[in-house]
Amino acid sequence: MSGFLFQAFIYLIAAVIAVPIAKRLGLGSVLGYLIAGIVIGPLLGIVGSETMSIQHFAEFGVVMMLFLVGLELEPRALWAMRHRLLGLGGLQVFGTIAAVTAVGMLFGLGWTVALAVGLVLSLSSTAIVLQTFNEKGLMKSDGGQAGFSVLLFQDIAVIPMLALLPLLALPELLNIISGAASGSSHDAELSLVAGLAGWQVALVTTGAVAAVVGGGHYLSRPLFRFIAGSQLREMFIATALLLVIGIALLMTLVGLSPALGTFLAGVVLANSEYRHELESNIEPFKGLLLGLFFITVGAGINFAILFGDFAMIIGLSIGLIALKAFIFWCLAVMFKLKGADKWLFTLGLAQAGEFGFVLLSFAVKSSVIPVDLSQTLLLVVAISMLLTPLLFIFFDNFILPRMDQGQQRKTDEIDTKGAIIIAGAGRFGQVVNRMLRSNGFETVVLDHSAETIDHMTLFGVKAFFGDPSRPDLLHAAGINDAEMLVIAIDDQDRALEMVKHVRMDHPNLHIVVRAYGRNDVYDFYAAGANDIIRETFDSAVRAGRSALESLGVHPHEAEKISRAFVKSDQDMLRQMAGVHDPDLPSSQNPEYVALAKEVMQQQEEAMQGSRARQSGSQDRAWLPPETANKILSKEIEE
Amino acid sequence: MKTLVLYAHPRQQHSNVNAAMSKAAQSVDGVSFVDLYARYPRQNIDIDYEQKQLLEHDAVVFQFPLMWYSTPSLLKEWQDLVLEYSFAYGEGGDSLSGKLWINAVTVGAPESAYGSKSHNKYSLAEFLSPLKATANLCHMPYLAPYTLFSSLNLAGSETMKDHAYGYKTMLEALCADKFDIKASQKPDLLFAADIPALINEASS
Repeated sequence: MSGFLFQAFIYLIAAVIAVPIAKRLGLGSVLGYLIAGIVIGPLLGIVGSETMSIQHFAEFGVVMMLFLVGLELEPRALWAMRHRLLGLGGLQVFGTIAAVTAVGMLFGLGWTVALAVGLVLSLSSTAIVLQTFNEKGLMKSDGGQAGFSVLLFQDIAVIPMLALLPLLALPELLNIISGAASGSSHDAELSLVAGLAGWQVALVTTGAVAAVVGGGHYLSRPLFRFIAGSQLREMFIATALLLVIGIALLMTLVGLSPALGTFLAGVVLANSEYRHELESNIEPFKGLLLGLFFITVGAGINFAILFGDFAMIIGLSIGLIALKAFIFWCLAVMFKLKGADKWLFTLGLAQAGEFGFVLLSFAVKSSVIPVDLSQTLLLVVAISMLLTPLLFIFFDNFILPRMDQGQQRKTDEIDTKGAIIIAGAGRFGQVVNRMLRSNGFETVVLDHSAETIDHMTLFGVKAFFGDPSRPDLLHAAGINDAEMLVIAIDDQDRALEMVKHVRMDHPNLHIVVRAYGRNDVYDFYAAGANDIIRETFDSAVRAGRSALESLGVHPHEAEKISRAFVKSDQDMLRQMAGVHDPDLPSSQNPEYVALAKEVMQQQEEAMQGSRARQSGSQDRAWLPPETANKILSKEIEE
Repeated sequence: MKTLVLYAHPRQQHSNVNAAMSKAAQSVDGVSFVDLYARYPRQNIDIDYEQKQLLEHDAVVFQFPLMWYSTPSLLKEWQDLVLEYSFAYGEGGDSLSGKLWINAVTVGAPESAYGSKSHNKYSLAEFLSPLKATANLCHMPYLAPYTLFSSLNLAGSETMKDHAYGYKTMLEALCADKFDIKASQKPDLLFAADIPALINEASS
């Protein structure tokens, strides 16, 4: 137990110290994690060989990340990018394999070894690239989308590569390690498809994929509704984790990539009203696991081998980056990426990736690559990943400033499509939503009642499940890009908390909030809400106006009276706000009570029409000259 | 002839003459009397409803106190919204063709305040010419406005009673098709005293 706690402590403290410093220095979180890993690993020697097993565990962060990426990508969007996926991705993978294989054979490797090295190095790092794209908000840019297409294709390509590698086995290696390897590698793996005929494997595999798609489509909704009914947040987190882990497990059992499976599940759930809730629940796990993964990459660098042949390994790493970058650059030109997008695509993906580690260890196990070569390659892969954040810094500081402004502005416009978040879809929020949507504004509706969400979905309104007063859910719903937040939840204390924390992070966001009574208005005002609407005030004024009309007051007169009332009430509210003490109930605040009495007295007099000079009074309107004269002279007499 | 009275007065509790005129108008069978400020206290004029109502009548009387040489604002809004292109004027806009346009206006200042040599520089008929032009564009015959000058502080006076009675007589004659339309288009303005001479007994 203490050993586990010590390890967790070391990893966490390294991350907590290194990542904020790296971010402050503009190096990005990925480089921060990598440095943290190097410090606790090869530099200080606090962690050692166990990093490899932790790395396998941490690779699950990649699976989660692809689930989240899938959530952001509706099936329609995925279909729309099929040409890029196959064209860009396919050409990149095959082009890089061919180039690396050729270089390997020039260095005197056998063709099978060279081809295996090509497979290993053709992949880029989904973890680093997507994390960095998201961090820098480049995901929706042209270059970001192209990069994503390639990464997605690579993640899919890993599966046939794993199938292909054993065919390249070297007979002499096979003889040396066959005794040791065959005993340990196979029996540990559970599999549903082991020992089945080819058509049966195909059937089971297809069935598994169909189960993910069909289950995601038809079973997720009742499941989530059932869980939401328990009103326990941790149950929802558990369900979200169960979903991701379950799918990953199923995919592993049928021999498919778990990353691919969860990505598929994410795409299926992208239309779900529980999407933002899922996102906000998985997000922290993904972030921590990926962080852990990067730490293990840093920690796993073998300094002895590195310094033993420093020039060669660094040379190979830089050569690899240059070669991959060149292929990306050719593709960027072919697919007409322009300006900053072209360079983002070229430099961003030029490293080798975490799947390279997987392929490498598999290749060694399958007797394809000799162990000493794999040690060198491991370092090349790790160092190329280590250099990637530097390439991004280069991109930020040297490429972006040189690109013409027009290009940048164009991508900006697409990115900042600010939506309006409506928190709370009760009777109040629904009216606001309908008015905004019917006038062409994009809204994201959040509500903590699964029943309300179902009801709205029934009527074709897009709404998402989740407690909107939680900052992480607002984040998942896109508060960073939002133009406006409408808070229409019942609980006034939570609404106030929301205004406070949202205002702190987003000083320029327009906040419309529904208030119950006067005291709430004062609180919301102090917290920085822009528009504060008392939920019953307008209807009460209308009821008063109706009553006046029924009592024989001319409708136009009743309208003027109610307008004057609204104005004087708002004036009063403004005056009273000055003496409001948030820590004191207004009935116990003597200053408040005294002013309230005074203002109400004024108000009554004004409403009775005895004071025409009272601004806002309805009495000055449309007076015939002589009547105005009379009222004026009476005023002077007073 | 079905007659519609559209009454526009934003401050009715300070009104004497218009109140008496409204009462008189409402007592005439066949007159549809509408208090526009009561129907649309929030200026939310229902265009379709107003147009349909116009189609159901043959004469439209606009009853209002003169405000800044013009109609009260709601009546201007009514014109802006209801007299639409393709309905009241322009291509296919002949729905109001042949219906009568009659102003019934009360004016606070005395008659001497109007005319080229007065301090107002123009005659009342000239001030009302935008309404006449509007009627013209809508192919609506325009009658001389039924007018009362010095209309303030007349509560209970004979002048007020005479004016309201003349108004009532005019509306009754319109409804009964006994009003001499041709003759009532000739003068610049019509007064209560002119009404009896315009009743055409022969046509009934």
